[in-house]
Amino acid sequence: MSSRTFVACCLLPLAAFTLAFLALPLVRLVQASSESETGWHIYLQILQTPRYLETLLNTVLVSLAVSLAALAISTIAGVFLARNRFPGRGLLLSILTLPLAFPGVVVGFMIILLGGRQGLFNQLLPGHVVFAYSLTGLFLGYLYFSIPRVLLTVMAAVEKLNPSLEEAARTLGASPLRIVLDVILPGLAPSLVAAGAIAFATAMGAFGTAFTLATNIDVLPMVIYTEFTLSANIAMASALSVLLGLVTWLLLLAARSFTGTTVAAGG
Amino acid sequence: MRRAPTWWLQLAVTLLTAAFLIVPAIQSILAGLTVNYFQGLSSGLTLKWIGRVWDLYSDSIFLSLWLAVTCLAVTLVIGVPAAYALARNPGRLSRMLEEFISLPLAVPGLALALALLQLYGTMSGFRTSWTFILAGHVLYTLPFMVRSVLAVLMAMDFRSLEESAATLGASAPTRFRTIIVPSALPGILAGSLTVVTLSIGEFNLTWMLHTPYLKTLPVGLADSYASMRLEVASAYTLVFFVMIVPLLMAMQWATARAQRIAR
Repeated sequence: MSSRTFVACCLLPLAAFTLAFLALPLVRLVQASSESETGWHIYLQILQTPRYLETLLNTVLVSLAVSLAALAISTIAGVFLARNRFPGRGLLLSILTLPLAFPGVVVGFMIILLGGRQGLFNQLLPGHVVFAYSLTGLFLGYLYFSIPRVLLTVMAAVEKLNPSLEEAARTLGASPLRIVLDVILPGLAPSLVAAGAIAFATAMGAFGTAFTLATNIDVLPMVIYTEFTLSANIAMASALSVLLGLVTWLLLLAARSFTGTTVAAGG
Repeated sequence: MRRAPTWWLQLAVTLLTAAFLIVPAIQSILAGLTVNYFQGLSSGLTLKWIGRVWDLYSDSIFLSLWLAVTCLAVTLVIGVPAAYALARNPGRLSRMLEEFISLPLAVPGLALALALLQLYGTMSGFRTSWTFILAGHVLYTLPFMVRSVLAVLMAMDFRSLEESAATLGASAPTRFRTIIVPSALPGILAGSLTVVTLSIGEFNLTWMLHTPYLKTLPVGLADSYASMRLEVASAYTLVFFVMIVPLLMAMQWATARAQRIAR
């Protein structure tokens, strides 16, 4: 067997699998979105139906808020952990990256344990402190799985920063705040944009967490799920899926052009 | 040394964040082991709930393990040769192919599941078998295997090794078996651990693809969160932690090692 034939054979299983289980299903999904009486106008219909528009807006706003919060928290913690060595640092780092392997359903359960009817806050504080099933719960759940992903990106970026720039700024008399604003943050900026985009895309597509919390807030994946299973509105479920997939894919593509990394979507 | 106030502030944010992540996990471990969570630890410790989980959900645990192992086998067979082929022909076409197979990382699992359901949903033999869930898991984990192996291969000079072997008369399949696979082992190991970890924890695709007779561990978890008492749900989550946390740590270790080698 010649080298060329062998290399071609190596690619064959991948090509067959990808065609059967990725390319063709995606084509079918796009096609299915046009199979209601509205045809391709279904995409216009999404923008004209208040319920879908509101869902889109909700999803974007929650995802945006989560990304910004995760960026702020993870940048503070990430810079701190990357710059300091102290006993217990390794343990802290393990705790902060632990949720990477948690499926969205487990994250939802964690929030129920904190803020559900039998949750920690409701037990500690007199009165009814139940926030798990509200917008707050959804926000905290998304934050829970976003923090580890953003933190790892930030820490990798901090390791690559040039410490002599900070040294120089300090010798020139810059205050710690000025150093953060003028030296550290600009150095981290590309990674922060990328990490933010990853967090945003993951939150947009998160299904398991919203599903477990069974919130009364409509987010896009939940609406897709109910359109498909309860209303049997297959065309609309497909159209919304195509829209969601396009948005998350384009975002991550843009993020990668900044740094060249992607972290698995999940939640 | 006196610390600046900002140092303490940073420490506080870091500790609070860690508490936010770890406190509910500890709660769930405790709740899974206490007789009555509502009364607290004073009601005593028990393994009763773990036993209940075993009675109710051991099938789902075995199904998840079986899926993870078969998923690993399939991603190895498809992914390792493919990574080699991509490394042999680094060009625009290879990059586009890599980009395309990585779509499942970007497109939400729910959307992929809907796509699979609409193409194969009517093939009832396939739709109701465990291989349908397997297809979804392979779809989601394959890019991790390919990228992990590809990164290690791209960082080393496997071409000159191959050329020397070829001059000595080794055929292309022999070279793949005796040179490429051994050299790519760190990448294969990291990829394998990632595949197994992700497969055991996969929910978004599996929830749509599963049937009432085929529940995986995370699907069972969702079921217990919705319908079981808190202690059983917690004990089940504890079982999941015991499986996934060592895997996650091994995965992080292997990935860091592969990245060191690839650099």
